[in-house]
Amino acid sequence: MASKLTNEAVIERIKSQFGSDILSAETPYDFLTIEVQANKQHEIIEWLKKDEILKISFLTNLGGVHYPEQVGREFAVVYHLQSMTNNFRLRLKIYVSKENPEVDTIVDLHTGANWMERETFDFFGITFKGHPNLVRILNEDSMDYFPMRKEYHLEDGTREDKDDRFFGR
Amino acid sequence: MSTWEEEKIHDDATYESSLDTIDGSIATLNLGPTHPATHGIFQNVLKVDGEKILGSEQTIGYIHRAFEKLAERRPYNQITTITDRLNYCSSPINNIGWHMTVEKLIGAEIPKRAQYMRVIIMELARISDHLVCNAVIGVDTGALTGFTYLFQQREKIYDLFEEVCGARLTTNMGRIGGFERDFSPAFNEKLEAFLRDFPKVFNEFDTLLSRNRIFMDRTRGAGPISAERALEYSFTGPNLRAAGVDYDVRVMEPYCSYEDFDFVVPVGTTGDTYDRFQVRQEEIRQSIRIIEQALAKMPEGSYKADLPEFYLPPKEEVYNNMEALIYHFKIVMGETPIPAGEVYHCVEGGNGELGFYLISDGGRTPYRLQFRRPCFIYYQAYPEMITGSSISDAVLTLSSMNVIAGELDA
Repeated sequence: MASKLTNEAVIERIKSQFGSDILSAETPYDFLTIEVQANKQHEIIEWLKKDEILKISFLTNLGGVHYPEQVGREFAVVYHLQSMTNNFRLRLKIYVSKENPEVDTIVDLHTGANWMERETFDFFGITFKGHPNLVRILNEDSMDYFPMRKEYHLEDGTREDKDDRFFGR
Repeated sequence: MSTWEEEKIHDDATYESSLDTIDGSIATLNLGPTHPATHGIFQNVLKVDGEKILGSEQTIGYIHRAFEKLAERRPYNQITTITDRLNYCSSPINNIGWHMTVEKLIGAEIPKRAQYMRVIIMELARISDHLVCNAVIGVDTGALTGFTYLFQQREKIYDLFEEVCGARLTTNMGRIGGFERDFSPAFNEKLEAFLRDFPKVFNEFDTLLSRNRIFMDRTRGAGPISAERALEYSFTGPNLRAAGVDYDVRVMEPYCSYEDFDFVVPVGTTGDTYDRFQVRQEEIRQSIRIIEQALAKMPEGSYKADLPEFYLPPKEEVYNNMEALIYHFKIVMGETPIPAGEVYHCVEGGNGELGFYLISDGGRTPYRLQFRRPCFIYYQAYPEMITGSSISDAVLTLSSMNVIAGELDA
């Protein structure tokens, strides 16, 4: 079933509403991806949900990404949103710094975001302001680090039997 | 007095005081982590007033295996084994979903025959997934008979998987680009036998429960959720359809040539246990229809795409042919160049939209791989669905939601 909306029409409509808050828009693999100003995402997601034309009212997925090399924007929070009526998908990203990895919660808009935000907090240490119960979900409560951050290597760094030099890495 | 004894006395005191609250009306009940009714390891702490549930809190993560972290360390072809262990009741769907995600990233075209073969395998997996769920709903209402018959049929499906890939439960089936080999004559024979015998057994099971007065009384109205709430909770799959939303990834964004097949997306109305049961029953019938259509229309061609950089060459070539040896080495060592990019691919898994959000930076392993696990997302609605109901209804709601611990905890 083809989508009733085109990427161009959607980005135009979003931009006409939130002009300067939309930092970039691209379509990798034909999937509309927009980056927005951090802490504007709540307002934008709320508008997307209520907009009569777009009706992007379904939260598909939410997760974090860690980019330790990007100074000042080390953490990305990626929202996958969807309009079931228009059969359209949108990816919305915000970046926050490692000094202050805090973003607004969207639990008040999408109840299902509750555990997804908890998971993101659990693994990346990104805190969600206004979340009703922001505690670890899959890991143990006493854990004192955030395992999905890139500085935590999966394997013991002192091992000598696996020498990556031989494979050009 | 040792600390152990002190603790014991302390425990006894708490136990005594908890006994007091039984008469005082509110008690705490642990459903899980290892309770026969949870069908997996997760805990529900229920606040109960007699039989009535006032509220509950969930603890999950008991079998968390850090799949997303593991995936950042593994070359693309080694991630398939991780996907097996998400929803282990329908591993092939996860495997093929993952293969398709990588194929999307590298822009591979898959031959029509391989796509149809995938459809057959995925629908078989869906049947086995739904069979487990519906059979277990029967068990939880006290009807063990149907379960024993359906599990025989599930064995037949596992025999079919074994013919294709050698494994039964965690199948690790297929490759990036298609299948390891074409369907064998033995597979075709067994599939034919399955398609002949299964509908009879299944209809018998259906007559046992579907219009059974006791079963209907037990399941209707148990653990309902409205379409609006289900959407707010990001439900997908049979649980969303039971609430009345006809969302199915196979129809909305057809992959693997699903658009070639004629099938119906069943929906319920109330989103209760009975509707979830019926939606799954009908989906099993539709899956059989799809398999029959795919077999009838099976195109000629190859069971794999021509992707020498991703698809392991046949062994006889590896030993005699320089190029094949190089590709073999590169694939096994995970040295295949992968384009940088960002893809989201989803398939209709046994429990809903199973998504793979993959970020590649061009390295040998994914930079980030996130699994959209339908179980994890919809299980959070459980307290809302059981509040106000009885404990026995809560057990039924849990089994009819088909929460698979592997997918829940990743």
